[in-house]
Amino acid sequence: MTELTCIGCPLGCRLTVDEENDYAVTGNSCKKGAEYGKNELKNPTRVLTTTVNAEGGIHGRCPVRTEAPIPKAMLFDAMKVLSEVTVKAPVKCGETVLEDILGTGVNVIATRDL
Amino acid sequence: MYELAVIGGGPAGLAAAYSAYQNGLRNIVILERDKELGGILNQCIHNGFGLHRFKEELSGPEYAHRFIEMLKDTSVEVRLDTMVIEITDDKKIFINSPKGYECIEAQSIVLSMGCRERTRGAISIPGTRPSGVFTAGAAQRYLNMEGLMAGKRVVILGSGDIGLIMARRMTLEGAKVLACVELMPYSGGLTRNIVQCLDDFGIPLYLSHTVTEIRGDKRLEGITVMKVDENRQPIEGTEMDFDCDTLLLSVGLIPENELTREAGIAMDPKTNGAFVFENMETSIEGIFACGNAVHVHDLVDFVSAESERAGAAAAEYVKNGASDSEVIEIVNGADVGYTVPQKLHRNTKAEKIDVFFRVRRVFSKSRVVVSSGDTEIAVFKKAFMVPGEMQHLVIPTDKLRDFDTITVTAQEA
Amino acid sequence: MYDVAIIGCGITGASIAYRLSRFDLKTVVIEKENDVAMGATRANSAIVHAGYDPEENTLMAKLNVRSVELTKELCKNLSVPYAQIGSLVLAFSEEEAQHIEKLYKRGINNGVEGLRVLSAEETKEKEPFVSDDVVCSLYAPTAAIISPWEYALALAETAVVNGTQIMFSSEVSDIKKTDEMFVIRAGEKEIKAKTVINAAGVQADRIHDMVLPHEFEIIPNKGAYFILDKCEGTRTKHVVFQCPNKDGKGVLVSPTVHGNLIVGPNAVPSERYDTSAKLSDLVFVKRKAIKSVPSVDFRTNIKNFSGVRPNSTESDFIIKSTDGFIDVAGIKSPGLASAAGIAEYVEQLMCNSGIRLSEKTSYIKDRKQIRFKELSHEERKKLVESNPLYGRVICRCETVTEGEIVDAIHRPIVPRTVDGIKRRCGAGLGRCQGGFCGPRVVEILSRELKVDREEIAKDRDVSYILKRRER
Repeated sequence: MTELTCIGCPLGCRLTVDEENDYAVTGNSCKKGAEYGKNELKNPTRVLTTTVNAEGGIHGRCPVRTEAPIPKAMLFDAMKVLSEVTVKAPVKCGETVLEDILGTGVNVIATRDL
Repeated sequence: MYELAVIGGGPAGLAAAYSAYQNGLRNIVILERDKELGGILNQCIHNGFGLHRFKEELSGPEYAHRFIEMLKDTSVEVRLDTMVIEITDDKKIFINSPKGYECIEAQSIVLSMGCRERTRGAISIPGTRPSGVFTAGAAQRYLNMEGLMAGKRVVILGSGDIGLIMARRMTLEGAKVLACVELMPYSGGLTRNIVQCLDDFGIPLYLSHTVTEIRGDKRLEGITVMKVDENRQPIEGTEMDFDCDTLLLSVGLIPENELTREAGIAMDPKTNGAFVFENMETSIEGIFACGNAVHVHDLVDFVSAESERAGAAAAEYVKNGASDSEVIEIVNGADVGYTVPQKLHRNTKAEKIDVFFRVRRVFSKSRVVVSSGDTEIAVFKKAFMVPGEMQHLVIPTDKLRDFDTITVTAQEA
Repeated sequence: MYDVAIIGCGITGASIAYRLSRFDLKTVVIEKENDVAMGATRANSAIVHAGYDPEENTLMAKLNVRSVELTKELCKNLSVPYAQIGSLVLAFSEEEAQHIEKLYKRGINNGVEGLRVLSAEETKEKEPFVSDDVVCSLYAPTAAIISPWEYALALAETAVVNGTQIMFSSEVSDIKKTDEMFVIRAGEKEIKAKTVINAAGVQADRIHDMVLPHEFEIIPNKGAYFILDKCEGTRTKHVVFQCPNKDGKGVLVSPTVHGNLIVGPNAVPSERYDTSAKLSDLVFVKRKAIKSVPSVDFRTNIKNFSGVRPNSTESDFIIKSTDGFIDVAGIKSPGLASAAGIAEYVEQLMCNSGIRLSEKTSYIKDRKQIRFKELSHEERKKLVESNPLYGRVICRCETVTEGEIVDAIHRPIVPRTVDGIKRRCGAGLGRCQGGFCGPRVVEILSRELKVDREEIAKDRDVSYILKRRER
């Protein structure tokens, strides 16, 4: 049994998820809560946003994000990988700065023009 | 002479300028003090912006980018590195930039200067005055724009969204965030941020606690945190010491309105912004205000929507002159901290009125009553309301036109 | 070998250095901290008192009153923010009214000009927001407000222009007296001087004891303040004092030369460098201030700070010369107000002890500083045309331009810290307390001084702002 807070809406229901009973969720007020609770325990994912080193632009850093959520457990490893990345201006918003980060199949994209 | 001068090129100014253009103005200028458009969004590299507006989750710079792109195909002039020094009630604008100090004139003005962070002084934290005490936004700028770290062992005071976001950001960058401390018995931030920025990294949130002492002669060496009672006074014997080199303050935002005040525009002490009508006009005809300069929003999507109304209204003013209308006042009823707008033009052409407000305390099942005297004009059911979450009502204008004052009240259901 | 070594570069040391810099003397100022005005000078009420407060026939009374005009003149010549706004001492009871009478008489005896006792109505007319409980007040038109750190900086900078040397981050650890000179040890440095002037503030007793038999002690005593935002800056028009009592001069409420409202201080015993404030200090100051001016809005507070007074075991200032060693110690309030007179007095002491003071053929006594905010529209236009850096506003709360910051960095005493910039041109002094301009000031300092941003300190040595990232 794991307790967590639903982020589906401002209500912030305290959910209890029973891993041994097919991730049954209690404490939720709506369907969204049940879905969130289940996913959060089976395969929690997050979009990672950070910056990478940038050369030749008006700033020394370029903000980036993963194009899709990646497994939560990989966040710190992804940070390490991205700390080695340098982009060179001009960079276009949406441009891929790193493909398939850590074999997740997810690209990392720039989130501004530089 | 410009038709419209927009002061500030953050999300509010961008949306206002674009909307004024869409509504027919061609001679528009945006005056932006920074060397690029986008305002504070440029340093808000986290995602979560744009769900309402674009139906997708964008980062701050991406959200700004969308608007900047829209402006590219317009005749809107952008003056960067340009600071407005003074505006007068007859719409003269004194600006300073490396290109020169000059006075420009405009038929209408939109005030979209955004807001600033409350500081250590605003909450009078006792102790010494070492380096290492930052507002969360300043630390965010250092980290996200300049790649520089404010510190290694961090405590965050205030659970507003910027503080929470910085807890995650500093953690990902290798700092140890020891705790987030909140004076109120509830968090000021979005639940989603509490979960994804604190819970994800095992950072404890201490509600009903505050920082009571700052130590260190040069760099911050440590702080004391104490539990507070219902009057927000520290309770003896609850001291917890944290050994930290950094304290980030996320203790609220204040609309930036020196220009507004100096121009003689009437201010609402509750919002610290200008009093505005439903079309975002201030007490001076042809001067409009929008975004965080009027009241602090939770979501940039709402800033954009509000600013589009201001831009459209400025266009209307330039084309057709002042509205010359009787005024309906909106009054804060029980447990309503403020409303925006605070006033309505009785003859407004708008078919519905958007009213934004904040409650003063936490409500579970509740109702928001819009009334005048004994007449209930409209009732809205709410499942849940917290002060941290801005509330939004949409009221058909025709229901309001017959009244002189309208009261908005929050009640338990 | 120096002719004169001044220990301490607060307002006392800086005033003396400025005064002596017009003579053919080789002078050095030895300062423990990394900038001018790092002790009591930067943390006080910022008032040039009129001079009714000190007991008759004291050095304090004489030098305070003497300095009223001198200070005004200096501020004008050196481009130091100063405003003669007058002061009021409020009485809340018959007993206090009698004290007001006493202060009035003392002021007259001390030679203070323009003193008047005002009725409750007259007081209210002058200061509409004072409490209705006021019975009468003492009005002193010659009292003024000043920017104390800018005053000290202006004096020190001008002294440097005239050839005075200043050694920063140099804490004096030992002084040896030989027949013809003093040998001062400060860190790695050994400094030889014929005359030593002890202007070491809270350390003055320790410096004295390095050379002469123990005579007095410094008894540090600190006070806490509030600085309120400019919207409160017109709450009072004068410096509004309360009647002095056993706890000191009481809490004052006053506009500042920067347009804010200052409220404070209390008085509690402290350590020499302890500028921390307790919650109880702040609560006390608030409570007392509201007694004078009930409507002060503390929600507009932008900053708290505390300062340490170098009180001593003597009631008067300790200024005397002993075989080439001149104590200028126990310079508590009204020390700032008396600084100009103190410097003049020290010059006389030197003269009396036979030191030949001959004026240089040429020396500088004025200083100009550009303050964008204070200029007219036309002047601003010209200024930006002359240098585009004045066209970029860095500190928006105080409207300080990049040009002014760069000017500050290249003045005779180079600031190396963010607070050093703040003291020189006001960037970061305002309502956001450097939240917006701090990162930009760090960037400009780093660029102009050619050091990494991580090397820039906020204030005292090693109070670094940023941490190096490990990659």
